[in-house]
Amino acid sequence: MTAAVKNRLFWGAVGAVVLVGFLLTTTDTGANPFWFFAGYFVLQYVVLATAWNIMGGYMGYVNFGSAGFFAIGAYSSVVLYNLMKAPLLLMIPVAGVVCALIGLATGYLTLRLRGVFFAIATLALAIVLETLMVNWEYVGGASGAYVLRPRTIEPFGDYVRYLFLVMLILATLAVVVARWIERSKLGRGLNAIRDDELAAECAGIPTLRLKLVATTVSGFLMGVAGAPFALYVGYVEPASAFNLAYAVNAIAMPMIGGTTMWAGPLVGALLLGTAQQVANVTISSELNLLIVGVVLVLFVTLAPEGIVGLVRKHLVRGRK
Amino acid sequence: MDVLGRRSLLSSGAALAAAAVLGLGTFHGTAARAADPIKVGFSMALTGGLAGAGKSALIAMQIWEKDVNAAGGLLGRQVQLVYYDDQTNPATVPGIYTKLLDVDKVDLIVSGYGTNLIAPAMPIVIQRGLTFPALFGLAVNEKFNYPNYFQIMPAGPKPLTDWSRGFFELAMEQTPPPKTVALVGADAEFARNAVKGARENAKNAGLEIVYDRSYPPRTADYTPIVRAIQARKPDIVFVGSYPPDSVGMVKAAVEIGLETKLFGGGMVGLQYATIMQALGAKLNGIVNYDFWVPAPTLQFEGVNEFLKKYQTAAMGKGVDPLGYYLPTYAYSYLQVLGEAVTATKSLDHAKLGAHMREATFETVVGKIKFAPNGEWATSRTLLVQYQDIADTNLETFTKPSTRVVLYPKAWQSGKLRYPYTEAR
Amino acid sequence: MFTFDLLLNALVAGVMLGGFYAAVSLGLTITFGQLDIVNIAHPAFVILGAYIAYMGNEWWGMDPILIGVIFSPVFFAVGVAAYRIYFVAFEKRGEETLRGLAFFFGVMFIIEVALILAYGVDFRSVQASYIGGNWEIGPIGIPTRMFVPFAVSVAMFVGVYQYLSRSFVGRAILAVAQDRLALELMAADPVRIKQIGFGIGIGTAALAGALLIIIIPIEPSVGRLYIGQVFAIVVLAGLGSITGTMVAAMILGVAESLVSTFYGPSWAPAVAFGVLLLALAFRPQGLFGR
Repeated sequence: MTAAVKNRLFWGAVGAVVLVGFLLTTTDTGANPFWFFAGYFVLQYVVLATAWNIMGGYMGYVNFGSAGFFAIGAYSSVVLYNLMKAPLLLMIPVAGVVCALIGLATGYLTLRLRGVFFAIATLALAIVLETLMVNWEYVGGASGAYVLRPRTIEPFGDYVRYLFLVMLILATLAVVVARWIERSKLGRGLNAIRDDELAAECAGIPTLRLKLVATTVSGFLMGVAGAPFALYVGYVEPASAFNLAYAVNAIAMPMIGGTTMWAGPLVGALLLGTAQQVANVTISSELNLLIVGVVLVLFVTLAPEGIVGLVRKHLVRGRK
Repeated sequence: MDVLGRRSLLSSGAALAAAAVLGLGTFHGTAARAADPIKVGFSMALTGGLAGAGKSALIAMQIWEKDVNAAGGLLGRQVQLVYYDDQTNPATVPGIYTKLLDVDKVDLIVSGYGTNLIAPAMPIVIQRGLTFPALFGLAVNEKFNYPNYFQIMPAGPKPLTDWSRGFFELAMEQTPPPKTVALVGADAEFARNAVKGARENAKNAGLEIVYDRSYPPRTADYTPIVRAIQARKPDIVFVGSYPPDSVGMVKAAVEIGLETKLFGGGMVGLQYATIMQALGAKLNGIVNYDFWVPAPTLQFEGVNEFLKKYQTAAMGKGVDPLGYYLPTYAYSYLQVLGEAVTATKSLDHAKLGAHMREATFETVVGKIKFAPNGEWATSRTLLVQYQDIADTNLETFTKPSTRVVLYPKAWQSGKLRYPYTEAR
Repeated sequence: MFTFDLLLNALVAGVMLGGFYAAVSLGLTITFGQLDIVNIAHPAFVILGAYIAYMGNEWWGMDPILIGVIFSPVFFAVGVAAYRIYFVAFEKRGEETLRGLAFFFGVMFIIEVALILAYGVDFRSVQASYIGGNWEIGPIGIPTRMFVPFAVSVAMFVGVYQYLSRSFVGRAILAVAQDRLALELMAADPVRIKQIGFGIGIGTAALAGALLIIIIPIEPSVGRLYIGQVFAIVVLAGLGSITGTMVAAMILGVAESLVSTFYGPSWAPAVAFGVLLLALAFRPQGLFGR
């Protein structure tokens, strides 16, 4: 199959996903609202994992602070809500821009360092941001802030359907962006940084600029993932918005799916996210978190190429 | 075979499989027949930060289930609790309640434990007009003003200020009355609100606030904080804290020899048997809020029978072995719901809500009447003083003499030892 | 509100706290600073040590510090084993940065969740004769609960410092990060050397954990809170400097204590991480870095 056909297939799939999503949310299929709640959660992880992978997978810079970006996305929605009861469609771009700026600033301050220092800096950043939110009374400080979502919205009916559709579109957007980066000059530049930063620099690749672009895009997507959270949960407080689970999952999902390709975080997030949603209502215990940890460790030690990599290797071997 | 084709096949296959697993739930979602049990759904913190409390609440709720069913159920039907672990994570709550309502088709719902886990359920509850008995959330309904919300925690109709009113009233009754107060609290939801209410009460009482700071939860060393407070020489010290920092504050106050006349107020955790055992004599003299203690004035009908069952059930489960503080109320909020169902002979949420707004309920924590905002019509936030604690045996804390009720006056069981420096 | 007494007390409390932070950071200075292994699970190992101290104290009424000392060799063995896995899975393949980090992240998570499954999330504390006492020296008061960990931490530092600078293996550990080849020429196997170094790093966690539970009650996830502080100290120290670790820990402890006393405790964590971010941005080689 040629690249052009693949490309057409991809865009066809994107169109189909959005269309099906639109139909699902606008027509009354009698579908249970619970599926929209659960689906929203999984899709939110698709965005986060894909965003993480742009830096972690393509460029080799580990971000431990995903929860920080996610939370700032949610908090910028709280600010907009407090200011002017802004609609969701305004919250999302604002959250994205705020987080893109934070990403840019972090990148600017720390990207001249070795990758490891960058990772530690992101960890510290998340905690500094959390401390700021805890002490900022306007967004509720430590006691949290309420964001009341409208009950219904036309033409979707239940507001949750609308949230689901928005998140579905955001997830699709994230995947499209990741795929575009992967195939562009930018992506090749990032890969060169991952493989050998010094060599890339010597080869004339503008490493600092590429790194800044990657942190900005990644920050933007994480903020976008967090923006609807405020309306989804209706109540935002620092401990839950900065929950470590977001950081862990943002790393574990691409690692399990495969970090070198756009499909990796997608597969990882769908599998792990769904598994967690199921476990939530079945096992209901810490075992469910333990599984995430164990699976992560097993994958990084035994199958560093992830599920997508494994499948691909298997296919290549099959073809020979 | 094309790589991409298989790849997308794989992911859609995974999604389908997942959907199939989740879909299993829908098959038994048929309309309830008369013989089916009445399902009561809720989320509860069984893991995560509040799991200790959540597990003890669940034990109490299961005792209610058993008790009701042994007595023939409600409206001639058995009751059945349906619950999921919210992991102390508010983000899981909206999903859990939609699952309970739409997949499990529960008839009634109650809240999980704690403000953070009650609030995320409110939009769903309001949207569907459900009656929602809630377990220990502070001032959740202030923003929503939802008529069918009922809070079992006896904070009172103005929860923020009623919470610490007793502390300040008691202080102002002393001669000479105190002039200065220090306020300190943890950077988290409940503590911040408790201190906010205390600030208002302090102003109303005409006290000068000489120290007003918050600290991050799990600070390693509380001595600098207590020293900074000591340096302002406040007459009384109000603390809003969570279990780990309550322990830290008490230890630091004893180590430094905090010199003040009244110390305590809103310290969560000092009510739990394990923490009382860990602190022992260090608790003496502290005046803190509580909701139920084994005082002679608080011997409501059924409470001792309930506690006996609870203490047996809780043994070896790593939860609070005495069950005074939260479990009694976890049992009561289901009692309220059950009594409302029996009285209205209905599972209709509008009727239940209307009844709960009007009626007075008999529970193991006494008579309950709700105010229009869903809080208790009159506050029963107790103020107790720890007295004569000499050892760390569990029995010590079952004696009425070790925790004396000072406020409200109607429930008083002993005398305040004042000032703190001499009471400890 | 400022008094000289308050300042003195804040400084002393900061030094005590710094001593404790140093104990928690020492292991990471060795593993991360000297061996270049980014063990972000280190605080989780410290918590594990704290729970072992709790168990020993609860079951046999043993002194927590004694338990820490007894279990150091066990932790050493665990460290050796962990390094083996790390070496085979990552270092050998040259994939240590990204996947190694994720590996330790996973390990941290597993330790935490396993502890939750075993002990729940209730806060645990230990009993010992020196918990609850207080020394008054003029206007200064020192809680013994803070002083004992401080003293033990200093002793541990002296011991580790002597070992690393005097013994052959110790010097080899210091050398391994700098010049692998020279080490091989001296007929020392770098993998074996690193293995011992990593073992020592994890070994210190047993004792640091015992100190932690003396100072505050713990629950399984408190370890996370120290990740930032500990890395801030190690980076501020200038990777791998033992003396620098002690000094950096003191700086952080004193800064937190001063902010806590005079400004407002709720900004204390931001101070630590602000220092880290600034250090990373402007002086990544740290105070004592080369």
